[in-house]
Amino acid sequence: MAYAGDDELLEHVTGKEYEFGFTTNIESDKAPPGLNEDTIRLISQKKNEPEWLLEWRLDAFRVWSEMVEPEWAHVQYQKPDFQAISYYAAPKKKAQLNSLDEVDPELRRTMEKLGISMEEQKRLSGVAVDFVLDSVSVATSFKEKLGELGIIFCSMSDAVQEHPELVKKYLGSVVPKTDNFYAALNSAVFTDGSFCYIPKGVRCPMELSTYFRINEAGTGQFERTLVIADESSYVSYLEGCTAPSRDENQLHAAVVELIALDHAEIKYSTVQNWYPGDENGKGGVFNFVTKRGICHLRSKISWTQVETGSAITWKYPSCILKGDHSVGEFYSVAVTNKRQQADTGTKMIHIGKNTNSTIISKGISSGYSQNSYRGLVQINKSAKNARNFSQCDSLLMTDHCGAHTFPYIEVKNSSAKVEHEATTSKIGEDQIFYCLQRGINEEKAISLIVNGYAKDVLNKLPMEFAVEAQKLLAISLEGSVG
Amino acid sequence: MLQIKDLHANIDGTEILKGLSLHIKPGEIHAIMGPNGSGKSTLASVLAGNEDYEITGGSVAFGDKDLLELSTEDRAREGLFLAFQYPVEIPGVSNINFLRTAVNEIREYKGEEPMSAGDFLKLVKERSALVELDGKLANRSVNEGFSGGEKKRNEVFQMAMLEPKLAILDETDSGLDIDALKIVAQGVNAMRSPERSFVVITHYQRLLDYIVPDFVHVLYKGKIVKSGSKELALELEARGYDWIKEEVSA
Repeated sequence: MAYAGDDELLEHVTGKEYEFGFTTNIESDKAPPGLNEDTIRLISQKKNEPEWLLEWRLDAFRVWSEMVEPEWAHVQYQKPDFQAISYYAAPKKKAQLNSLDEVDPELRRTMEKLGISMEEQKRLSGVAVDFVLDSVSVATSFKEKLGELGIIFCSMSDAVQEHPELVKKYLGSVVPKTDNFYAALNSAVFTDGSFCYIPKGVRCPMELSTYFRINEAGTGQFERTLVIADESSYVSYLEGCTAPSRDENQLHAAVVELIALDHAEIKYSTVQNWYPGDENGKGGVFNFVTKRGICHLRSKISWTQVETGSAITWKYPSCILKGDHSVGEFYSVAVTNKRQQADTGTKMIHIGKNTNSTIISKGISSGYSQNSYRGLVQINKSAKNARNFSQCDSLLMTDHCGAHTFPYIEVKNSSAKVEHEATTSKIGEDQIFYCLQRGINEEKAISLIVNGYAKDVLNKLPMEFAVEAQKLLAISLEGSVG
Repeated sequence: MLQIKDLHANIDGTEILKGLSLHIKPGEIHAIMGPNGSGKSTLASVLAGNEDYEITGGSVAFGDKDLLELSTEDRAREGLFLAFQYPVEIPGVSNINFLRTAVNEIREYKGEEPMSAGDFLKLVKERSALVELDGKLANRSVNEGFSGGEKKRNEVFQMAMLEPKLAILDETDSGLDIDALKIVAQGVNAMRSPERSFVVITHYQRLLDYIVPDFVHVLYKGKIVKSGSKELALELEARGYDWIKEEVSA
């Protein structure tokens, strides 16, 4: 990214670290833009990967090369130029600042509104301070405790080196490397991500969050996450952060795979607040994510997401309910404002007998945004007595935004029970007036009404996340009704 | 307390209030009656600050403030309360959370500390008893699934919690059976004080048997055309509005 002299000066003076914090001094160890087999060989070699993984990547790449970018989603955007992206950069550090005073005031205000502590604010904005040592020691004792229980929680790169047998067994087992255009791209070029393994019978005593992987806290452009819950284990995993994150990478194509073995339970919560672009829809992250979990006998996977960021969101966290009596859940709040476009939902694939799925989706659209729910409930022939309940609600804040629902239901077993409820409503001026008349200002009124509307989903978030998520909804919709 | 002078207000270009004047002193109860479409609910909405209405003339002083200059929420914080004719439902927001937000917003405006959870709950218990509101309603979503009577009692309960200087009851008696009417009136009477004034908008004299007004006004075609003591309400009940309409057009 080149800056003109004036811009550089301005950047320097205003200390807007988030705009170029990711790109400092990396030219020397950055692959040239473009994607071909050599790029993939370079990535694999830089990461010292085993031969099988390189072959796996190359397979994905060959299939991807023949694929066409999907166009069925209800979103419009300029397709990325995949040859203009650089697919490998050595691990990099954020530019360090000397104090919080150097941080962009707008960013700080938002963090303060979110109630993020000073220490956390410093960490998130890359301020160099001794206090960070505290978090490091917390992280260290945290890792020791997990180690005692046999829980593996590390970066994907480390997992490839240290636990290759687990990676080889499960990588691509739920999202095949050629599953779809973006998943294939990710499989070919992913550079890092998170790996988590919970041994048999272990109940992970704390919420696992990327927060604790201090040095790897930045978000990768092609992230790969693999969570394996062995028999009768339990884990709650938190992804993302309520703090606003800006990123030079416009395109994000992550893949998340969850494996819940017999009697296991995985709770996966996401708060996504990437840069949504400006008033006119300029800039903003394209977020094309493939998330899928597989449930074995009597196991359970629960996806909870609060999506407020990104210019384009294309995301369908899904459950394959393979085992008998397995349970899949999807709880989602998706907020779009300005020119944001979201096409999100889930797929519940019922294969086992007596499988049960629940979908609660709450869309909130404001500004000129477009917000779509797209979901598939598929009851296969073998899925005797399968049950699904879906509820998809849309709340409109302005006259210019759109809310859409695309539910697909396929039932191939007559013993199934599938219920679908949907509502669309406009935020009531009468509701806001009622709040104002009780002395509550408009901002708080909208926050109350929207949080009330999304309550069923927010209640599913882990406690510490829920409070921040509530504030985040309010902030994302600031100035929405006028 | 409240001094309305020659107030004119439009909605969608139609003039509804056409020079209304009214003076209310602290501690007084004023009943406003009148035929349908005379502008009673418009008056309530305009005073509360509903922006659907356009003020085209006149003035309203509230204490030492120019009411029309204040935002809707600041009017509420200054002590103006409207009991809605049709209370609004807010799904997912508990009644108690809603009220706590309101109470603390008003306290903040006055430069007071937020009320502690203990004090707040004590007050809720005391004031909900005034209108015999089931404690469970406090934890339900605001007005959601409430019966008509419960909604009206909830309005009076909110009034009792917010302790306004001036409460406007907009047809609080509509849709109430006689028992609920007595309960609502009992709540209002419990909140009467020498500093607190009430404007009671109603179609029926019946309510005024329980909430006894100091003055009764007849609103017709956007103006107060007749004022009197509580006996005027009885006369209206007996004779209807036609004689007043004749007087006005005469």
